[in-house]
Amino acid sequence: MLEIKGVCKTFNQGTINEKVALNGIDLTLNDGDFVTVIGGNGAGKSTLLNMITGVYPVDCGDIIIDGVNITRLPEHKRAKYFGRVFQDPMTGTAADMQIEENMALAARRGKMRTLKFGIKKSERSAYRNLLARLGLGLEDRLTSKVGLLSGGQRQAITLLMATMQNPKLLLLDEHTAALDPQTAAKVLNITEELVTEGKITTLMITHNMKDAIRLGNRLIMMDKGRIIYDIAGESKKNLKVSDLMDLFAKASNGEFANDRMLLG
Amino acid sequence: MLGFISALPGAAAQGIIWGIMAIGVYITYRVLDLADLTVDGTLGTGGAVLVMCTIGGMDIRLAMVVAFIAGCLAGLVTGVLHTGFGIPAILAGILTQLALYSINLRILGDKANQTLSVMKYDLIVSLRNIPNAIVIGLIFVIMLIAILYWFFGTEMGHSIRATGNNAAMARANGINTNTRKVIGLVISNGIVALSGALLAQYQGFADVNMGKGAIVIGLAAVIIGEVVFGKIFKNFALRLLGVVCGGIIYYVVITFVLRLGLNANDLKLFSAIVVALFLAVPYWKSKLLPKQVKVQKKGV
Repeated sequence: MLEIKGVCKTFNQGTINEKVALNGIDLTLNDGDFVTVIGGNGAGKSTLLNMITGVYPVDCGDIIIDGVNITRLPEHKRAKYFGRVFQDPMTGTAADMQIEENMALAARRGKMRTLKFGIKKSERSAYRNLLARLGLGLEDRLTSKVGLLSGGQRQAITLLMATMQNPKLLLLDEHTAALDPQTAAKVLNITEELVTEGKITTLMITHNMKDAIRLGNRLIMMDKGRIIYDIAGESKKNLKVSDLMDLFAKASNGEFANDRMLLG
Repeated sequence: MLGFISALPGAAAQGIIWGIMAIGVYITYRVLDLADLTVDGTLGTGGAVLVMCTIGGMDIRLAMVVAFIAGCLAGLVTGVLHTGFGIPAILAGILTQLALYSINLRILGDKANQTLSVMKYDLIVSLRNIPNAIVIGLIFVIMLIAILYWFFGTEMGHSIRATGNNAAMARANGINTNTRKVIGLVISNGIVALSGALLAQYQGFADVNMGKGAIVIGLAAVIIGEVVFGKIFKNFALRLLGVVCGGIIYYVVITFVLRLGLNANDLKLFSAIVVALFLAVPYWKSKLLPKQVKVQKKGV
């Protein structure tokens, strides 16, 4: 359903800060895949997501989703295919708007925005039910400003917003990295539930190798702008953290020893 | 003191008209989070268009509509300069404002000002009849707030608010943030021109310089409104009302300091200092006083 063909991206080309972020990426996702992405800092994981969603234009290559070539589409026009959750809990929601207003904005992703009321009555009860499932007590706070909520609550709402339309592809960019361990675990549980229930094709970047192994049916490892390891099915299930560590060490010739990946 | 009290109704009428202008400023400055300096030119455009249309024999109500549209066009130019040409919003506004100076002179028939006598034309507001001007001004305020309250509650209005609040989130949800900025600038400048049209009638003339420093007065009204009423006016409609009240307070204060003997020539200096201080206070507060954190802990 998603095909990435030979995508490359270099930042600050021709300057002293030149940085090859993606070096000819080829990746095909099948319907229903839940792929976890790991890799050291600067491996190109976030850049890959930003290329898919069109935050920056690609230098070369093509991105095709369900047969539609979206490589040249502006970010807002391809948003209808994707649900996104960002690393920073502040990024996914509009802080000065109410919870229900944020959800209504997401419910209209990819649709014409008209002069009809921004939220229909029937939507409100649907949102209340969705929020109740989170078990965070947010169902009684539909008209609270999102800015009053904690980071974990905001990530949970962003997850709902990202998945409520059953997107073609859910993109999670280290969405639990900024949360404390307990909250991160809770948000991850919610993620798993929503993805499994909606059978949503998902690409999840994580720094936690245990999560990367435990979740999903496929794991890819990136290094220096390339995919260096792609494993699925049974062999993925049998992976151990030490296996991944060895692979990392091999890929980076030992440089990896100081990387924060070790903490995972 | 008596002189001050007798001057209060006039100050209120002027404050209401400038308060309408401040609602326009609020849309760009607060809703879209853009500082739009076009308004210094747009206010004059609204006044000039109204005066020339009326002198030319047009019905006053229609002339106000034309003035509104002229303001919208000015906002469109700034919007296109900003989003289409990639010029920073402040600079885009300054460019349009500069261009409007020439355009306003042209509209006024290559003159710096044109009078519009209330004796000759059927004007909606005039300083000859201040109570009437206050009532009409308030009717405009209420209608405008009602329309804006409805509009910013629509799907389109929501998307504009999201654009100003968090552009990355807006784009991720399929909102074209560039067109939303343009729409916001168009509406804002239309309202400012409408205010200019009322002001020209009220004072009985349009002047090419009538909008000079308008952005500062607009900001003053927005900030005074927020400081004075921010704690009680939370709802969007009430906040807009607070902005209009801010405009009235501003003009009452100006009238007062003029009565105290402030040289009228120093008025703009005075306004600039007041606005600078009001803008600085929240910043200083956040620097000096530790912020009271109000985060509820609920497991997540």
